[in-house]
Amino acid sequence: MSVLSVHDLAVTYASQAGAIPAVRDVSLDIDHGEVLGLAGESGCGKSTVVNAILRLLPPGATTTGQVLLNDEDVLTMKPGHLRAVRWTGASVVFQGAMHALNPVQRIGDQLAEAAVIHRLSNQKEALVRAGDLLEKVGLPPRRIRDYPHELSGGQKQRVMIAMALACTPSLIIADEPTTALDVMVQAQVLKLLNELQHEMGLAMLFITHDLSVLVEVCDRLAIMYAGKIVEEGPSAAVFGNPAHPYTTALAAAFPTIGDQRFRRAPSGLGGDPPQPDSIPSGCSFHPRCPVAFDECPTVVPDLYEAGEQRRAACLLVRDQAGVPT
Amino acid sequence: MRPPEALPTWKEGEGPLTGVELEPGPPPEIPRDPRRIAWTRRRVSAGRMWRTYRKNTLGMIGLVALILFALVAIFAPLLADKQGLQATCPCNGIPFSPPSLKYPLGTDNYGRSVLTLTIWGTRVSLTVGLLATAISIVIGSFIGIVAGYRGGVSETVLMRLTDWFLVIPFLPLAIVLASVLSPSLGVIIVVIGITSWPSTSRIVRAQVLSVKTRPYVERSRALGASGWHLNTRHILPNVGPLIFANTILTVAVAILSESTLAFLGLGDPLSVSWGTTLENAFASGAAYAGQWWWIVPPGLAIVFVVLAFTLCGFALDEILNPKLRER
Amino acid sequence: MSEAVADPTPPSGDDDAVLEVRGLHVSFEGRVGLGAGVAGKKASVSRAVDGVDLTLRRGEVLALAGESGCGKTTLARTIMGLQQPKLGEIRFEGEPLGTSTKVLREYRRRVQIVFQDPTSALNPRQTIYESVAEGLRIHGVTSQDGMSEEQLVARALARSGLRPPERFYLVYPHELSGGQRQRVVIAGALVLDPEIIVADEPVSSLDASVRGEILKLLLGLRDDFGIAMLVVTHDLGLAWTIADRVAVMYLGRIVEIGPAEDVLTEPLHPYTKALLEVVPEAGGLKRPFLTGEPPDPTQIPEGCRFHPRCPELISGGASAAGVEAMCRGEDLGLVELRPDHFAACHLAAARPGDAVPSATT
Repeated sequence: MSVLSVHDLAVTYASQAGAIPAVRDVSLDIDHGEVLGLAGESGCGKSTVVNAILRLLPPGATTTGQVLLNDEDVLTMKPGHLRAVRWTGASVVFQGAMHALNPVQRIGDQLAEAAVIHRLSNQKEALVRAGDLLEKVGLPPRRIRDYPHELSGGQKQRVMIAMALACTPSLIIADEPTTALDVMVQAQVLKLLNELQHEMGLAMLFITHDLSVLVEVCDRLAIMYAGKIVEEGPSAAVFGNPAHPYTTALAAAFPTIGDQRFRRAPSGLGGDPPQPDSIPSGCSFHPRCPVAFDECPTVVPDLYEAGEQRRAACLLVRDQAGVPT
Repeated sequence: MRPPEALPTWKEGEGPLTGVELEPGPPPEIPRDPRRIAWTRRRVSAGRMWRTYRKNTLGMIGLVALILFALVAIFAPLLADKQGLQATCPCNGIPFSPPSLKYPLGTDNYGRSVLTLTIWGTRVSLTVGLLATAISIVIGSFIGIVAGYRGGVSETVLMRLTDWFLVIPFLPLAIVLASVLSPSLGVIIVVIGITSWPSTSRIVRAQVLSVKTRPYVERSRALGASGWHLNTRHILPNVGPLIFANTILTVAVAILSESTLAFLGLGDPLSVSWGTTLENAFASGAAYAGQWWWIVPPGLAIVFVVLAFTLCGFALDEILNPKLRER
Repeated sequence: MSEAVADPTPPSGDDDAVLEVRGLHVSFEGRVGLGAGVAGKKASVSRAVDGVDLTLRRGEVLALAGESGCGKTTLARTIMGLQQPKLGEIRFEGEPLGTSTKVLREYRRRVQIVFQDPTSALNPRQTIYESVAEGLRIHGVTSQDGMSEEQLVARALARSGLRPPERFYLVYPHELSGGQRQRVVIAGALVLDPEIIVADEPVSSLDASVRGEILKLLLGLRDDFGIAMLVVTHDLGLAWTIADRVAVMYLGRIVEIGPAEDVLTEPLHPYTKALLEVVPEAGGLKRPFLTGEPPDPTQIPEGCRFHPRCPELISGGASAAGVEAMCRGEDLGLVELRPDHFAACHLAAARPGDAVPSATT
């Protein structure tokens, strides 16, 4: 039973320089209780995917494709229904929670706002629920009376998570939720997300550039590059045994401490991740790819079978005809 | 975990370029001498800024208007006879006459051609505006930079001084000064200058505070740069554009101020500016007599020149102010 | 607070020390409003660096690791002269910095800094050429080794991987990518032929696939030119990749320091162990981690500053070894527990011979 099902999503921004394809062709599926990780660097389009799912894109953006949330297409919903679905169907934990909280409103009021907007309860009940939500994320309920500046970074992030749960959605989208946090606090927040997800049977879409975090938290991974998904599959398999050269390079940037092979041997890719306005032809990774060959600049690869429930968009994978690497 | 050595790496000399794609067009020749490099850079960057400015329609309108006014001011002797400013010039016509072929904008109470007055008035108004602005910007920027850079007690003292000047009402001060000192263009310039610097100094100080903590300034300090080097090479160039945009807007204010003072009779009675023309007109009851040709031209001139400076100033602000600029 | 026990004998290999820090204290005073001040309330003092002894050896890469608030950035900035210490001394090539302006001037040439965010580390109104040449100009170097200023800039750009260097002279920072900007910053540091580079989170604001190249560049600089590096980072994986020695900081003190292999695979201090255990990895989130909030430098605990969060104390390991009272009451400095491997921990000091298994293999 799919909670989120994205088919051939493409998002183009209009700009002075012409149309910029931020997302070119993305398809995903998330089931109940499943956590899908979406990894990629700057300019790959992952944040655009997040915004597209709830139609939060700026006015100049054109979206094509299908985004099925609980079997309803978000992209063709009427605005009234869309507003009702936002937060009750899927909610978002944004990056940089420090700035997403209104500094002049108490935490409790901000938590209650979501429930009140969706007419799930009146203000008084919503405040009580807010206290319950805080407890769920490990904060004492009395803190609903606090202002954001009285909380630390990690606590604020927990409040954001509580806010995402306010209307009991079926899907939570976590957009770089731990990027600005210390490692210790990051571990706490990740553990919290993990527990909540298991306890409430939530589906989760976890977006980050930190591959090692994804491997801990997610069941499946999808790697994005230049607006497309270039590899997907079970997270441990993708991280431990990448099929696409980009995934290999990305994984190598997160070394295992204790593994002598990483000692004094940093590995990276030359060049830079392509910006959406200048995407290379053929396989968009070919200028930086160490194993590119003559077909790569001309042929656009599809997602080919690369093993058990795995796919990768690489001509080498195509040529190996599905034999697991 | 696939071991790193299994990841194929680029051979020596191959690999993606770490060069950079320059703008299309022939690349500027790369000189080897550092001074010429600096000049080439200034040329290229000025060209870039001009191209961006050109795209701003309102800015271009303002610029064209300003150029026209400047030309009128510079070529005033060619456009209108200077003798026409004298009340006793034989070239004068009948006083209070409406526009005619000989006097396209009519005549004033002395029979002087209003067109001549307006053309020559451009010189005074622009000169006063620019000089007063120069004083204002120099004082304001200096105080703003020193206050922002030094911090501590100096900053507090300078900023309180700024607040004091900010609060002084312009008109009473101008009246007092003009009465105490003999009214002349010099006095007007000084009065406007010392009452308009506070807003500049506040803007400059804010920007200096922001620039001061940037890593490239810290790096310069770590290298052992002197305060002079930091201010001239890092702080000023990053504050300069804001000062420049602010300057343009200040000129508009200065011209308005001069017109106001002249209109109130505090101007130099011997010089002809738009403000004195208006003052003369109102004193002679032109408004009641319906002598619009006397009031409208200098009035419109003030409006247009202030508008022109304002449009240019806003356009420049958009280009130079890093916060407003969208990439 | 009892006096920190400083190690009386310098660690091995110290005649090769290019930079020494002794007893460094840096603190920041908070502000008190007028009313509160009159009422007798004192300003809160943040002891960012609270007694640090550190030696950087010639040509070594030393990683300074810790969470935010531990003082590592303040320490780096104080070493660069951007922050005045309250107490303590910095020695460069054996000479204390305070003694003569000549020493200070040499120091400013020989010790360069690379900042975290390459975008704000470059003056947006200066071309690449000018940014790199700035060091030369401040120090009045018009020629060196028979090379003109322009040749020196070209050499520095080429050494940091930007080739051909001339193509970058007239370019502005905003026209480059993040990785290229960081290379420019490194070139600016290289142009004066430094002995030491202090790098504050050199790759954390860069894309992951680009980090490896910059790290390779830094290691290459050490290998080819013998430049010593002090790398400030919160990422222990980075320390594992490039560091020779690792120093772990907590609340203004170094709590463990030693060869990278030892500190990161067989840590002695409970804090280091906790940091290593939360490094994400395949295997799920079943590992324990520290509770409580990150430390506050205005309220440093009595005794061992880590004791309120120490898992060994909470779990009873410390009392089992009989050191619990010391943990709560007695502050301590670094003690050499293994060859060149120091830790500031009563428990570790009490059983030095034990091989401590690490959570990571």
